[in-house]
Amino acid sequence: MSLLEIHEPGETPLPHAGEASLAVGIDLGTTNSVVAIARDGSPAALHDEAGRALVPSVVAYPEAGGVLVGEEARLVMVREPRNAVASIKRLMGRGAADLQAVAGVLPYEVEPGSGQTDMVKLRIGGKARSPVEISAEILKALRGRAEAALDKPVERAVITVPAYFDDAARTATRDAARVAGLEVLRLVNEPTAAALAYGLDKGSEGIYAVYDLGGGTFDFSLLRLEKGVFQVLATGGDAALGGDDFDRAIAERLLDERRRDGIAERIDEAAVKSALALARQMKEQLSERDQTSGRLELAGTPSFHTLARSEFEAMIAGHVARTLDIARNVLADAATAAAAVQGVVLVGGSTRVPLVRTEVAGLIGKPALTDIDPDEVVALGAALQAEALTGGGDTLLLDVTPLSLGLETMGGIVEKVVPRNTPIPVQLAQEFTTYQDGQTAMAIHVVQGEREMVADCRSLARFELSGIPAMTAGAARIRVAFAVDADGLLTVSAEERTTGVAQRVEVKPSYGLSHDDMADMLYDSLDNAEADMTRRLLTEARVEARRSLLALEAALALDGGLLAPEERATLDAGRDRLETAIAGEDRDEINAAAEALEALSKPFAERRMDRGIREALAGLSVGELESRVGE
Amino acid sequence: MDHFARLGLPAALDLDAAALDRAYFAAQRQWHPDRFVARPPEERARASTEAAALNDAYRVLKDPIARAVYLAGLQGVEMPSDGKTIDDPDLLMEAMEAREALHEAASPEAVDALAARSRDDMTAALAGLGTLFLRGDRAAIRKTLLRLRYLDKFAEEARGRRTNLQREKA
Repeated sequence: MSLLEIHEPGETPLPHAGEASLAVGIDLGTTNSVVAIARDGSPAALHDEAGRALVPSVVAYPEAGGVLVGEEARLVMVREPRNAVASIKRLMGRGAADLQAVAGVLPYEVEPGSGQTDMVKLRIGGKARSPVEISAEILKALRGRAEAALDKPVERAVITVPAYFDDAARTATRDAARVAGLEVLRLVNEPTAAALAYGLDKGSEGIYAVYDLGGGTFDFSLLRLEKGVFQVLATGGDAALGGDDFDRAIAERLLDERRRDGIAERIDEAAVKSALALARQMKEQLSERDQTSGRLELAGTPSFHTLARSEFEAMIAGHVARTLDIARNVLADAATAAAAVQGVVLVGGSTRVPLVRTEVAGLIGKPALTDIDPDEVVALGAALQAEALTGGGDTLLLDVTPLSLGLETMGGIVEKVVPRNTPIPVQLAQEFTTYQDGQTAMAIHVVQGEREMVADCRSLARFELSGIPAMTAGAARIRVAFAVDADGLLTVSAEERTTGVAQRVEVKPSYGLSHDDMADMLYDSLDNAEADMTRRLLTEARVEARRSLLALEAALALDGGLLAPEERATLDAGRDRLETAIAGEDRDEINAAAEALEALSKPFAERRMDRGIREALAGLSVGELESRVGE
Repeated sequence: MDHFARLGLPAALDLDAAALDRAYFAAQRQWHPDRFVARPPEERARASTEAAALNDAYRVLKDPIARAVYLAGLQGVEMPSDGKTIDDPDLLMEAMEAREALHEAASPEAVDALAARSRDDMTAALAGLGTLFLRGDRAAIRKTLLRLRYLDKFAEEARGRRTNLQREKA
């Protein structure tokens, strides 16, 4: 019996015709997530019973036990802030070094000692959990929602990631999907998915821009749409800039105002979370009106606050200006004038902020496209791509690497091997040489980023190429090859070429999960499956044992006279033992008792058979004899 | 197979951008890994390799400077690898003066003026390359290509400078 089949990535067998499970599109967002499905080229977001498409990307591990995702988790977050986590996407694939940049800002408790060599872990609900595990819970919830809405198993998905996500974060996203039991057909960049949602519906052609300001990330991309081809020309962004920053600006003001009003209090996690919740509410209201007010109650002390839209706009002007800087650089990267852009698609809830809309329209010189809900547009595009990949659609997505990939060379300088905005998949190689006479090993340090110095870039992996034959400095030819696949995932290999002694080392990013971590998580996620399996085996054992008890009873009723009283007593003891075992929960005991009873009843069975043979000799037909023996 | 042949295009300095796009899109329609999601692993690996080779060809041929360097390479002109110091004294002088001017530019407009001038230089140098290729003057081709490479790098530096100035102003 094969319960679970685990395949190497890329070696999943073909689904049997007719039983292919459905493939969905998932926008795994920082603040909210959405799952959608496309049928015959028309996508729809899947709603819960209350009609909501957005699932807050919040995971809670409440005191009461279990795991909650979405609205329910958000409620837990207010009651038990230490048992819930939001915005986990910001930590996908991140290590300790990255965390320093956001230290004191994130309301998370980081597991001490974690993230030195691997991905950071958080202490939530009294247990260390990785961003992959937490994200997997969100994906499981989305998968569950899809299965409930479609009434079919859902095992495959296109998942979107910010274009600006680096290799480690992409790997982490793929890992999370695996833990959630989803095969990732393709990781698609969010802006590409958004354009897909617009382009396919409207058959647009020309150059389009996608301005995506979500809760925690910002991306700006330029795409060319032409006869079903989506060509990403250039993309850029900031993985730590978004609507959460707007909330934080308001929340800081709220807490400042309380201080100014003379409220002396210790600002703890719960206070920050409450202030952020009110801040978000006020921000959303300011998209509709010029002025808003709110009441914040912390530790029983209420305070009242008002905020004008103009004040809010002054608070976030710096953030918005930064997004425009990035946009201008992307335009320059693609050698495209803003005026040549036919339209700009707005993605992400934060694009509802009026200041954002006017500034973006000002940059491009035309009003932004907003006909598709900016919260759903990415998931809808992902769903279309999922359908295209499974059903053989005609759309072609030509994506690029968002960030340059390179190697550390002498003096901590970065040598770029794959420049940013290179179309993927890509295989590029560069040759390096030894620095010292007789050098037999070379440390290879893979980095990602645009800066010249290694220290300013992100470290992805380190490995050593050893076994280089000793020769004079500069004579060895080390060829380092970078391969980025269509998902934007990187593999690096190195070999020495002069001597024909070729060594290859494949590396995966150091912030990705180690094999053991991955295995642990898979086993964790299999816990339930294992419990189901145990129950099933127990049931099977009981059924089997009851069947043999019934057979024995029938035989005793028929031929019980063949047994001496003490033999009968032993046999009855064996029957009692088996019946007690069946009433219990121990499958091994049931099986043992059944075997023991079979051994005890063996002489009885033999005597019955002898008697059967004697009866046959006394004139019974051969057919009757056989049927008796067979009993 | 060279990049031109891979896309079924003539090996020429001047390439019709639309024709290049058409050839590239058609080839990617055939080989992009998304077309092979449900195929056996060997076929997928092959598609990935083909698509990567196509992307490499497209990347090089799309950019006029990279295309010229590549074509020169096919004709036996050896270029120093990127990042090496400039070995042409005239070019070295030009580069130093331009960098100084960029450093002194105090407004985005001043940077724009410098960038526009270097763009014009680039266009003129590219236009002159055709004759050099026809003459087969390898030394002159090499000199022009090195200058183009430098001008390209200068354009990027100008952009960085402009962004910084704008940020200071904001």
